[in-house]
Amino acid sequence: MNVSALPYQKDKVDPAAFVGGLKVVDREGDVPAWLADARRRAAGRFIASGLPTQKVEEWKFTDLRVLSQQSFVPVPAAVLSVRAVLDVLSVRLIMGPRLVFVDGWFMSEASDVSGLPDGVTVGPLSEIIGDGSDVNLSRRAFEMDEADEHSPLSDLNTALAGEGAVLRIGRGVKCSQPISIVFIGGGMENAAFHPRNLVIIEEGASAALIEHHIGAVPHAYLANQVSRIDVGAGACLIHAVVQDVPTQAYDLAASWVSVANNALYEGFFLAVGGKLSRQEISVRLLGKGAECRLSGAYLLRGEQHADMTTFIHHEVPHTSCSEVFKGVVDDRSRGVFQGRIVVCKGADKTNGHQSSKAILLSDEATVHTKPELEIYADDVKCSHGSTMGELDDASIFYMRSRGISESRARVLLIEAFVDEALDGISVECLRDAVRARSSGWLRGAK
Amino acid sequence: MTPLLEIRGLRVEVDGKEILKGVDLTVNAGEVHAIMGPNGSGKSTLAYIMTGRAGYAATSGTVLFKGKDLLEMAPEERAAEGVFLAFQYPVEIPGVPNNTFLKEALNAVRRYRGEDELDALQFVKMMRVKIKELGIKDDMLKRPVNVGFSGGEKKRNEILQMAVLEPALAILDETDSGLDIDALKAVAEGVNALRSAERGMLMITHYQRLLDYIVPDKVHVLAHGQIVRTGGSELAHELEAKGYAEFTEAAA
Repeated sequence: MNVSALPYQKDKVDPAAFVGGLKVVDREGDVPAWLADARRRAAGRFIASGLPTQKVEEWKFTDLRVLSQQSFVPVPAAVLSVRAVLDVLSVRLIMGPRLVFVDGWFMSEASDVSGLPDGVTVGPLSEIIGDGSDVNLSRRAFEMDEADEHSPLSDLNTALAGEGAVLRIGRGVKCSQPISIVFIGGGMENAAFHPRNLVIIEEGASAALIEHHIGAVPHAYLANQVSRIDVGAGACLIHAVVQDVPTQAYDLAASWVSVANNALYEGFFLAVGGKLSRQEISVRLLGKGAECRLSGAYLLRGEQHADMTTFIHHEVPHTSCSEVFKGVVDDRSRGVFQGRIVVCKGADKTNGHQSSKAILLSDEATVHTKPELEIYADDVKCSHGSTMGELDDASIFYMRSRGISESRARVLLIEAFVDEALDGISVECLRDAVRARSSGWLRGAK
Repeated sequence: MTPLLEIRGLRVEVDGKEILKGVDLTVNAGEVHAIMGPNGSGKSTLAYIMTGRAGYAATSGTVLFKGKDLLEMAPEERAAEGVFLAFQYPVEIPGVPNNTFLKEALNAVRRYRGEDELDALQFVKMMRVKIKELGIKDDMLKRPVNVGFSGGEKKRNEILQMAVLEPALAILDETDSGLDIDALKAVAEGVNALRSAERGMLMITHYQRLLDYIVPDKVHVLAHGQIVRTGGSELAHELEAKGYAEFTEAAA
């Protein structure tokens, strides 16, 4: 098997090792020509750029050097048994319609997509590419729009991705049952996999989607994901992402979201796991009445590093966005929130609000927040606010004076702080699922 | 019989400055005492040293509660043992519903006392009775602790907490401050309802008007960190008429 480290700097890139790694992942052999071509071009771009350094503005606070110091290997096949995977799902209370991927490989025995309404297409990307029945769909998964915030990591994903989740909710279909996409890693030490997901909510349709990133075994591994999400006119997607991977793992994810007129994209992002993780969410509001609501929370301790970076582009008039992100950092952990809101020329009557708040539980923990508003239109309402602080001593004393222990008082205060972000999830069962993970983190709070 | 509260020779420093300079005070179960005094005499310091607020250090003296050394205990232990402070400025806790807060507090105290915790249903039943007794509206329980409460609501909420936790010793720090006459009456009614043969109360107040509604058994004057005079409820009226000049000058 080919072992390949990831090139970090341009002059240190070893294309041979990289292309070797690529070849191993090209296990299906005969991918369609358009895909082979897209991969080749992406690989070329990645080799030319290397991993982004901290000199790149968007990566100022997240140091990826650690990735190039480690060797990752492609996974030849899922090594976890179906039994083990089902156990992981039941412990996490993951039920209902779901697609399950283990170390990047689709596991049909653990997946279940029965009972979904007509007009819903759901399955692994490899099948859709493989049977060639819907070339437009598989092409869309790999398409890169000019305005997308693509990075060397998304190029790496394009170059190596062969699997991922595809979900399409057909025109006007209201899919009330939440669908889960589960990525389980850790089956193999030092594994690297690159999921590529496609979610299309067609005109007037609606769906709720929850994405779990978890690990079965506390191994170091790398997941580098890209998701393309298109929300059509008048459609609605409620999307929650729970990143709870082992603290040895690297979990990097980028979402490219487009929102058409009168459509809503609601995204929630929780990061509690990982040694280093990044959720990059890039949203383009493309039609009048398009709206996006993003919220999220990072809860970190030990040496963890989590980065949440959002880009919101208001491209036409009468669009709105809101962002509420909360961070709680303990020990020597580091949290990053970067939020750029761009109001393009002519995009009048834009409403935007961004809020980022963090609580530092230790003197050695750090949080970097970087709000950026770029406004090229008139008649725009945009605001941002960010705060950082410690738990309020007066509140803790008040609670203790009523008999509540200091540690419990702290947990209650942190929970209340995080809840403000969780309240942004409008579907109750999704909110409960996310809260179960954040409460799990809180139980470990000092 | 062991007194409920016995303070002997208590000296307390805040930021290195001595505020209480040898306080002696005994409160027996069933008694209501008022501590009166001019601003800056150390009234609130007395309340905080008894409840364990950080930054208040006893340099000498003892505080015994039911015969136990109160100063050795963490704030939550004092609460569980039965000491309750109704705050002058109740703290707002955004995001924590009043109900959750009260249930957490009650069950923590019950655990400490070796009693079974109340489940959600038992708790709701108990709360229904308590808020009815105190004339408190249901929605005050759903709102975050003290957030957006009026001055009167905050003080009422303190009395509600007291009614739920059923302390052996209630310390009321300037409970009348910021209340109009109707709110004052309502709060006093709530306090009077909690007077009992097993419970002691210590009312800290600058003005006499609260004492018209909650009549104390004893009144103490605290000035310059010491109790300079003790009398019956008539002493409060005397102070109202003459003011504190006598005491502030005496030490000057």
